[in-house]
Amino acid sequence: MSYDPIDITLIGAKIALVFFVILTLAAYLVFAERKVLAWIQDRKGPNRVGPFGLLQPLADLIKLLTKEDFRPIGADKWLFYLAPAMAAIPAIMIFAVIPFGAPLTVFGHSVELQISDLNVGLLLFLALSSIAVYGVALGGWASNSKYALLGSIRGLAQLISYELSMGLSLVPVVMLARSFRLSDIVAAQSGCWFIVYQPLAFIIFLISIAAECKRIPFDLPEAEGELVAGFHTEYSGMRFGLFFVGEYINIIVLGGLAATFFLGGWHGPWLPPVIWFSGKVLAFAFLFIWMRGTLPRLRYDQLMHFGWKILTPLALVNILVTGWWLVLRG
Amino acid sequence: MKIFSDMTALMTGMWITWKHIFRRPVTIQYPEQRRQPYPRYRARIVLTRDPEGGERCVACQLCSAACPVDCISMQPAEGDGGRRYAEWFRINFARCIFCGLCAEACPTLAIQMTPDYEICTRDIMNLIYEKEDLLIDGCGKSADYNFYRHAGIAVTQPRGNGAEELPPVDVRGLMP
Repeated sequence: MSYDPIDITLIGAKIALVFFVILTLAAYLVFAERKVLAWIQDRKGPNRVGPFGLLQPLADLIKLLTKEDFRPIGADKWLFYLAPAMAAIPAIMIFAVIPFGAPLTVFGHSVELQISDLNVGLLLFLALSSIAVYGVALGGWASNSKYALLGSIRGLAQLISYELSMGLSLVPVVMLARSFRLSDIVAAQSGCWFIVYQPLAFIIFLISIAAECKRIPFDLPEAEGELVAGFHTEYSGMRFGLFFVGEYINIIVLGGLAATFFLGGWHGPWLPPVIWFSGKVLAFAFLFIWMRGTLPRLRYDQLMHFGWKILTPLALVNILVTGWWLVLRG
Repeated sequence: MKIFSDMTALMTGMWITWKHIFRRPVTIQYPEQRRQPYPRYRARIVLTRDPEGGERCVACQLCSAACPVDCISMQPAEGDGGRRYAEWFRINFARCIFCGLCAEACPTLAIQMTPDYEICTRDIMNLIYEKEDLLIDGCGKSADYNFYRHAGIAVTQPRGNGAEELPPVDVRGLMP
């Protein structure tokens, strides 16, 4: 990589843009979730702040910022303060490897719409998504509260049951694209999306990312019906906000990854690539909201049973079949 | 196969919620749209007057006794001609649960429920209603009822002249 000042400026601009877009999108995803859930339940949803309630995220932000920053007695101070960042930052960092549009040409410089085209992007994603769980585990542990602790235990139990099948479901993608680099994976899908070759891997990945973002069929670490709010029970103000926003950033990022791995990334006819990519991300976000409006929560032994005895063997068989197929095709 | 029935169940659920997304919300947007309460809706309590304009309440304490949350209190007094009334009468709407047992207990139909439910306030002391706040210039739901016309007590008319009332029996007389 060259150290041309224009290149560096462009990279800075990309990072700023991605930060801005993701954080705004996450805030509006909260709003969208409340709206869609309301429609599912024959309600109207937030519609008081601004036209159609569109300023609701802003009002929520002001509320969270002005709330008391409370730390329970006996909480482990540093871990307690560190955990929200541990949950939110890896989620944003994963976005660095996602290509969100076709390369552009600005001032004669070719700009890839991707912050960092790592050659091990997929592995980085798996690594960072595992780090994000530390936020849950440490937050629950440091809170000195039984609900939070139970939530974080469940978070860890959940992690070991879905992370494996998530990784295994991505192996066929790598086998087809012959690369860990996400831009190569997208380029390999310019003709045909991988969901056509790998419907099973796509379903396994979809289920795993639902568990990864702690969404409703697998929202055991939060489980507001049983554990108050699970691992973030004791958090208030902007620290809670960070957990909350981290969760929605996770939805965006994992939706983007699902689009990248199986739905051809930014590839699509007629419309500009960035629109295609954001459309796919929003479709995944909608799917998650819709599932939240529909499905009940699993018990955590059921989740572990499902992860270990169904998803993981299926993913392994899928890898085997893909391998045979690739060999037979030559 | 169990997995197929399970998948069908999931898809059915998703389809039902999908349909509901496009259904008209049942929400009533309160300050702008108001729902007309039913005539027998139980909300703010009033003390009514009889058709002649006198207070119906005879301060018998039955409402206060019936009240499950003890939000009604009063001081009985007796006016000229044996007419009983409440010297003061107080309902604490901060405690009232609008169950309507006081209105059921009232022998003179004085205490009645109205459909006015918009009595919330920021200051809890505003919810303590005194007699002058409770008393209305009307008969409420039973327009032509006057307790003393039926009671057999010589307040509005001499004894024996009330509606459906027989003349008093001279208990010292020996005639059957």
